[in-house]
Amino acid sequence: MSEERIRKFEARRQELKKMGDDELKQRFWELCKKVVEPMTEYGSKYTSPSIERSVLLRMGIDSPTSQGAVVAINEAGLLGKGAGHVVLKVAKNLNLEIREAAKKISEDKTVLEGLF
Amino acid sequence: MQQKLDPKKKLDIEEILENLENYHPRRKGWTWRQPVEGGYKVGKFHFKDMTQPLKNSIPLPAAKYFDNIDPQPKPVITTEIASGRFEDDIRRMRMAAWHGADHIMVIRTTGQSHIDGLLEGTPEGVGGVPITRKQIRASRKACDQIEDEVGRPINFHSYVSGVAGPEVAVLFAEEGINGAHQDPQYNVLYRNVNMYRSFTDAASAKKVMADAGIFQIDGAHNANATAKEGWSVMPELLVQHGINCAFSESVGMPKEQIGLSTVPPCAPPSPKLWYDLPYAVALRDIFSEYKFRAQQNTRYIESDIEEATRTHVIDTLISALTHVDIQSTITPDEGRNVPWHHNNIRGIETAKQTLVALDGIKQLIKIDRDGPLGEMVRDLKERAICFLEEMVETGGYFAAVEKGFFVDSAKYPERNGDGIARDGKGGVGVGSIVERDADYFAPVCSVFGHNNVPAGVDKACDLIDGCTLCKPEKIYYIDEIDASDNCNLRLEKTVDFRKGDKIKPEVEWAGDGTVLIQLFLPEEIEVARVAALEVAKKMGLSEPEVINAQVMHPSEGTFLEVKGKVDFTIDKKSLKIPPKEILLSEDEIRAGIKKVGLKVVAGTVGEDEHSVGLREILDIKHGGIEKYGVKYHYLGTSVPIGKMVDAAIETGAQAILISTIISHNDVHRKNMRKLDELCREKGIRDKIILICGGTQVTREIARECGMDDGFGRGSKGIQVVDSIVKILKNQGAI
Ligand code: B12
Repeated sequence: MSEERIRKFEARRQELKKMGDDELKQRFWELCKKVVEPMTEYGSKYTSPSIERSVLLRMGIDSPTSQGAVVAINEAGLLGKGAGHVVLKVAKNLNLEIREAAKKISEDKTVLEGLF
Repeated sequence: MQQKLDPKKKLDIEEILENLENYHPRRKGWTWRQPVEGGYKVGKFHFKDMTQPLKNSIPLPAAKYFDNIDPQPKPVITTEIASGRFEDDIRRMRMAAWHGADHIMVIRTTGQSHIDGLLEGTPEGVGGVPITRKQIRASRKACDQIEDEVGRPINFHSYVSGVAGPEVAVLFAEEGINGAHQDPQYNVLYRNVNMYRSFTDAASAKKVMADAGIFQIDGAHNANATAKEGWSVMPELLVQHGINCAFSESVGMPKEQIGLSTVPPCAPPSPKLWYDLPYAVALRDIFSEYKFRAQQNTRYIESDIEEATRTHVIDTLISALTHVDIQSTITPDEGRNVPWHHNNIRGIETAKQTLVALDGIKQLIKIDRDGPLGEMVRDLKERAICFLEEMVETGGYFAAVEKGFFVDSAKYPERNGDGIARDGKGGVGVGSIVERDADYFAPVCSVFGHNNVPAGVDKACDLIDGCTLCKPEKIYYIDEIDASDNCNLRLEKTVDFRKGDKIKPEVEWAGDGTVLIQLFLPEEIEVARVAALEVAKKMGLSEPEVINAQVMHPSEGTFLEVKGKVDFTIDKKSLKIPPKEILLSEDEIRAGIKKVGLKVVAGTVGEDEHSVGLREILDIKHGGIEKYGVKYHYLGTSVPIGKMVDAAIETGAQAILISTIISHNDVHRKNMRKLDELCREKGIRDKIILICGGTQVTREIARECGMDDGFGRGSKGIQVVDSIVKILKNQGAI
């Protein structure tokens, strides 16, 4: 395997020898861009507890409450809706301030039932 | 109201902590140093690349020979300050800024990257500082005051990594952090955070950073700090930098906000330049559109501070020869303890001194690409590209990480099989990412990726009447959470040292009592180590520890450094500080000299040939005593004491001025005593003023040895005539 790898390396290198410095640079960046495509896609299509807590923070909710609310929302299977989205809905339904809604969620998961 | 610092007063930490709940940063984003059009002219020099000078600063030690100039190099200079107690670090930040640092990094406390959420309050850290909103506000507020004092903006910096990256990024954006490390590869390779989680989080974190203007530094340098042969991983380093740059851009970060963190990977006794220079050139070729943060090498530093400094000078030379936007410094004691106050300053001075010395180097010296350098540069680039090609063939980055492509200590394509492999189905936070639904919605600014903002809504945060990034007053501030672990309790214990009359040595924290002794023992190292501890104990130090031992010869001796603690304090009120001499006015001095027609004889005595110092004291062109009307009779060097006294009698001089520079065997003291005795023997002592000067001479020593006065390094003619006139007045002669 390792010999095979070295052989491939030598062959690739032969190809590169034909290139000038600028072409080499271009090739480097082409490959980098290709390599990061899936990562960018993950970043765009997925979310995480931390991302959702970061949204709640931006909504003016303190960090311990963000933590509790995101745990509850995640357990209820609603993280894919966006924790901020969920908090907004609860706030509207129960006629609460945003911060209070988040607190309510972290204390009483039943408020998440039938939201969507 | 912004407190204005007074250079003569210590920073008031308690004032900094007041009213933090209402503090908001006065600016956001990164600041570069300001160039001086047409170069910087100061004193006798014309610098090519120096930037705007500071309002208040401490120049390099030799500056007194150069009109006290303190030129500021073009790159931002970084220092890392994180002792575990931010309230003590703030004072160090001020010292660092005065020496020329304008980028202050705070490393996080051990384990913070595995904490799934934000920390609050001000608990004590281990090996770093717990990064919290309160800690950031206090430090940033202090930096505001410090930057006003020195007259140059300070960039405050920390780390956006670990499993709470996006929240930390928001916290940093809200609190005006100016720079941050962010590199998802770092989480994967060094913190074992699940790779998918790491990159997903990173996309969001980078977006927040990009919008807040936070300058980003990557984490590639950790590979050379980790791999045993740091220089072998150079092709991989190009790849790591490439991935973070490309990824950052793809999530919307502008190029000028993206920095590479790079370290010259080698150290002497290797032929360092043959590895580090081609690497530096290859990097700057490929990443020409990005910023460079060059760090000094840490991998091979152990306990010898001078060795570290020498390597760091060469690291900085490489920066100057190629290109650098931010020159990061490593404290030279980094290998032996959590950095001490003065070692941050030493690191900063190493960078400043080197960069000032090398001002405009590129106008004098060119990198020769035609020789071996060109080939080596090319080789690195080709290997890096082949690395990427193999990665693509293997199935991309995630697959490559699983196969241990990274941080293998062999030079690509060779493998030692010691790379760091991570399982995509493992690591901290595995399985924690969730696909966003079609109706996913986040009602805030700076969201990366899919966000289904309801139709008719302009700005996502309109629905909540503005997010914290638009309305800072909405930020929820938490002061303290832990009543038993916070800065207030710590500060109470040290108030006497900071604001009272107690003095205690410190290196990290107020009142830590740590001191360092240096000694040479004429013994082999094993014996010397144990003996050194005994010496320290006998000197009264507790917890002594040998932190450096260097063999000078296997049997002739060992140089050692021992740290320990003192448990006493000094009462400031008990100290007798010699009052600063208040000089008479020049008119008064001239009048006195004229009245007695002051005549002196002068010479360097004994076997001593040093004449420069005494001539400066005498000559009119150096502002010497001649300028004030004194007539002097100069007898030269190596003058016997008897000859000095005879000359004084012959010429009717009222004073004898001797210089004794050599002090071996206390010859300076002996000569002073001899002069005093001889004058007594000859019966002229009460009629003649005796003055001595030299590098090892002080007023106290001179008086102890029978002189009327004594002068050391940096003395000026005016001080000498002032002293003589005062003595004459006391004698009633004037
Ligand atoms: C220049 C120099 C020389 C020159 C001297 C040339 C000359 N014509 O003076 C030369 C090369 C000849 C020389 C030789 C030697 N030197 Co030499 N030399 C120096 C050096 C590099 C600079 C000294 C100097 O001129 N400083 C600039 C002046 C302006 O400063 P200053 O001397 O301190 O004077 C100020 C004050 O001290 C004070 N002052 C001084 N005299 C007086 C007198 C009065 C009345 C008053 C009021 C004030 C005053 O005011 C001055 C102005 O502010 C120093 C190292 C250093 N960087 O300091 C070593 C040093 C002074 N030399 C040293 C030695 C040992 C020697 C030699 C013995 C070496 C050798 N083995 O050959 C010989 C001496 C030979 C001899 N017989 O004297 C040692 C002294 C060590 C010690 N404390 O005992 C030093 C410190 C270097 C070292 N660390 O080893 N040296």
